[in-house]
Amino acid sequence: MNVEESKGVWVFIEQNDSKIEGVSLELLGAGRQLADKLQVPLAGMLIGDGIKSLSSQVIAYGADEVYLVDHPVLKNYRTESYMKSAFQLINKFKPEILLYGATSNGKDLASALATDLQTGLTADTTHLDIDLENRFLEASRPAFGGNIMATILCKKQRPQMATVRPKVMKALEPDSSRQGKIIEDTVELKESDMRTKVLKIVNDVTNKANLADAHVIVCGGKGMGTEDNFQLLHQLADTIGATVGGTRDVVEAGWLPHHLQIGQTGETVSPKIYFAVALSGAIQHTVGMIHSDLIIAINKDPNAAIFDSAHYGLVGDAMEIVPMLIEQFKQIRNEKGGEISYV
Amino acid sequence: MHIVVCVKQVPDTKIIKINPKTNTLDRKSAPAILNPFDAHAVQEAVKIKRLTGGTITVLSMGPPQATEVIKESVEIGADRGYLISDRAFAGADTLATSYALSKAMEKIGKELPVDMVICGKHAIDGDTGQVGAGLARRLDMPPVSNVLEVSEVNTKENTVLLKRKLTSGYELVQANLPCLLTVEKEINEVEYSALPNMIKAAKYKPIVWTVDDLINVDRTQLGLKGSPTVVGKSFTPPKPEGGQKLHGSSNDQVKQLMEVLKDKKNLLFQSSN
Repeated sequence: MNVEESKGVWVFIEQNDSKIEGVSLELLGAGRQLADKLQVPLAGMLIGDGIKSLSSQVIAYGADEVYLVDHPVLKNYRTESYMKSAFQLINKFKPEILLYGATSNGKDLASALATDLQTGLTADTTHLDIDLENRFLEASRPAFGGNIMATILCKKQRPQMATVRPKVMKALEPDSSRQGKIIEDTVELKESDMRTKVLKIVNDVTNKANLADAHVIVCGGKGMGTEDNFQLLHQLADTIGATVGGTRDVVEAGWLPHHLQIGQTGETVSPKIYFAVALSGAIQHTVGMIHSDLIIAINKDPNAAIFDSAHYGLVGDAMEIVPMLIEQFKQIRNEKGGEISYV
Repeated sequence: MHIVVCVKQVPDTKIIKINPKTNTLDRKSAPAILNPFDAHAVQEAVKIKRLTGGTITVLSMGPPQATEVIKESVEIGADRGYLISDRAFAGADTLATSYALSKAMEKIGKELPVDMVICGKHAIDGDTGQVGAGLARRLDMPPVSNVLEVSEVNTKENTVLLKRKLTSGYELVQANLPCLLTVEKEINEVEYSALPNMIKAAKYKPIVWTVDDLINVDRTQLGLKGSPTVVGKSFTPPKPEGGQKLHGSSNDQVKQLMEVLKDKKNLLFQSSN
């Protein structure tokens, strides 16, 4: 796609069962800043079945325009049908930047589209900016397993595309008085052409949503020593109503299931309080938790990198400190009488 | 069934070191391993082959020593493997990688038509997870990413039933063959290698193709030249502004922390009554 003729910042609005994913609203906030810098409109790309009514929400969260394809074949996400719809919209209206949430569906769609559009795609971006002189999207992400950061550019092809992890960017406060333009497009889709069928969707929020929605997280590292020692963190979590998470090492050791891994290759979280216990603070971990409101680190090694990220650091043996914390929290809980909650 | 599994040799990112002066990877610091997700991809192919019979071919792109991960795949149970290795492929981003792999896949498919392609969810060095879906587009196969389970393979109807991971649960998808899957770690446990496989792998010599062995290749789509993305700069992440390190005995520090938390009344211990 021609560099000169592409204009505008777009966000893929991922919806499931006519509910917009949080990451898409976060990306509208990030996209707003990019669009303002470039002095171009911000648009949401909305694809699905019976989803026109979501346009007002997209506009309230910062978009000037909504590009819309509404078709029964688009009821559930499938690469083939969504790609065809998005490809047509992009080719017709030529955005210069297109952002997607780094969800299963967002990454899948972005990767397929990048191939058909013959353009670049940066994965799991944690920071976005604009080189205004060249109108380049500067998409930064952890590289080499998270040991350094790399800023990726796509100089010659358009659109410039990136996927962004949920919980990394901040959504704007919705403003329902905002006005915007809705541009509807039609696309030819036939169910009989589809080579995949979604038979059933099962929402399993019991485990998965825990980390993303948790207000308090107790995350442990390999420094806990043994699986038995790790149980102490469950005790702390039980006492304060927190969710337990772990580093990649911990998950690979089998102390916790995969879905409780926090970091670049696990979940990204942003709770009110984050306890980082007996973990070193390698950047592949910290990119997953750095947006937490209050980070408290406990580590034996006073030089551990985690102390650079933490608001408060306790230097000492977790096996000694965590039981003391449990004791203190229990005491407060008893004094207060009510349940512990976090605002 | 002819299943092709794409595998990658990666540095073990847990051990890897970065040269602080140049901000580049010190490859010697880390052993090269079979990308863990790809081991699960090979294992899943082995499981399917037990049900349907057929052939498992492994395909990789990389430097000559990447034949090691093909041999390792044979140990898990793959029948044979190809490595495409050429300076022309060097510096490829995901777009150029999926192009090169698709050209090798075309050649493999000419000898024996491909029914299914399986890739790991992502490689632990690049962490992008983009090559699978891209490759599916180039091969015009329906992609199904983030697969948690292959529940059924129906060779009569030419369909597979798959459980696919979603942000808030999972979905059951039926896909026509041929299709391309990318698999999660949860899909299986990689089994210990059987002795005959180990003996076979020790003797096995993977077939190495250069760019000249491939057919109808547009060289402008390969390697650095064919990669639309470039690294603008790399840097060590700015150190977050560390807060306060508490001092004293463990007991003292815990007490200080509790004072801090009690101070932040809006954050903690809102009584429910």
